[in-house]
Amino acid sequence: MIELYILIIFMIVGAIIAIEVKDLLSSVVAVGAVGLALSIVFLILKAPDVAITQLVVEILCLIILIRATLRKDLPFSTTGRWFLNTAITVCFIAVFLFVSFKALKQLPPFGYPTMRVASVYLKEGLSVTGATNIVASVILDFRAYDTLGEATVLFTAVIGVLAIVRRVGRKKVGEIVREEDESRPS
Amino acid sequence: MIAYFLCLVLFCVGLYCVLRKRNIIKIIVGIIICEYAVNLFFILVSYRMGGRAPIFSPDATILNMVDPLPQAVVLTAIVISLASTAMLVAIAMRIYEKYQTFDITKIRELRG
Repeated sequence: MIELYILIIFMIVGAIIAIEVKDLLSSVVAVGAVGLALSIVFLILKAPDVAITQLVVEILCLIILIRATLRKDLPFSTTGRWFLNTAITVCFIAVFLFVSFKALKQLPPFGYPTMRVASVYLKEGLSVTGATNIVASVILDFRAYDTLGEATVLFTAVIGVLAIVRRVGRKKVGEIVREEDESRPS
Repeated sequence: MIAYFLCLVLFCVGLYCVLRKRNIIKIIVGIIICEYAVNLFFILVSYRMGGRAPIFSPDATILNMVDPLPQAVVLTAIVISLASTAMLVAIAMRIYEKYQTFDITKIRELRG
């Protein structure tokens, strides 16, 4: 499993580069590298469906982020209580890491999951649903309401994006609204 | 165990970015990194040592499959994370149009 650790360390390094580099476009490209490495990690961990979905979603996400950051840049500024804020944040993250490290010992060890629910799916999945891919049979048959909720969230988000991006709202009949009137209270 | 801890470190990198950075795009990047870490943690929990992918084949009986349930849950979560990222970016672009900046300390007054 040495390649798994190498890839996760690569992801951590890529994430640190993404949050510390000053150019926004470089930051977005570094996040893309992290996401593609995550896709390979899923493939190593024997989850091919998740790897394919991660690949597609990562590329779409990259396109959206590059569209947002193109030709917009911000000079770096460290005014204000820089030291105090950083110290508080680092202290919080240290406490969080310590408590989580204690809590992780209660989990089953890596590589030996307790498959109480999944054993039923693995035993009866092929005969009950007829799907050879157990992941597909779980999301489309055993937990189909979960997928329905996912589709609901997805389309709600699309409607929300359309409502946010749209420039001018609905007008009355015969009313003429210019573009710069939008920011002024009527 | 080491894999869980490395995954947690990745989550903390994203958390630091969300808490400390002042650029909205950087904050969105931090949220995306946190999502990656959580998805990775689910798949790490579901892995079985020497396991196979949960796909039956007609000519062989496979006994040691990995856990398919967290994989199905993560498949849902990845798609939802894409939708939420698109919504965050849309709000950030509207803020840029209105205030001409991505810096959250300069976006003070409510103009509407």
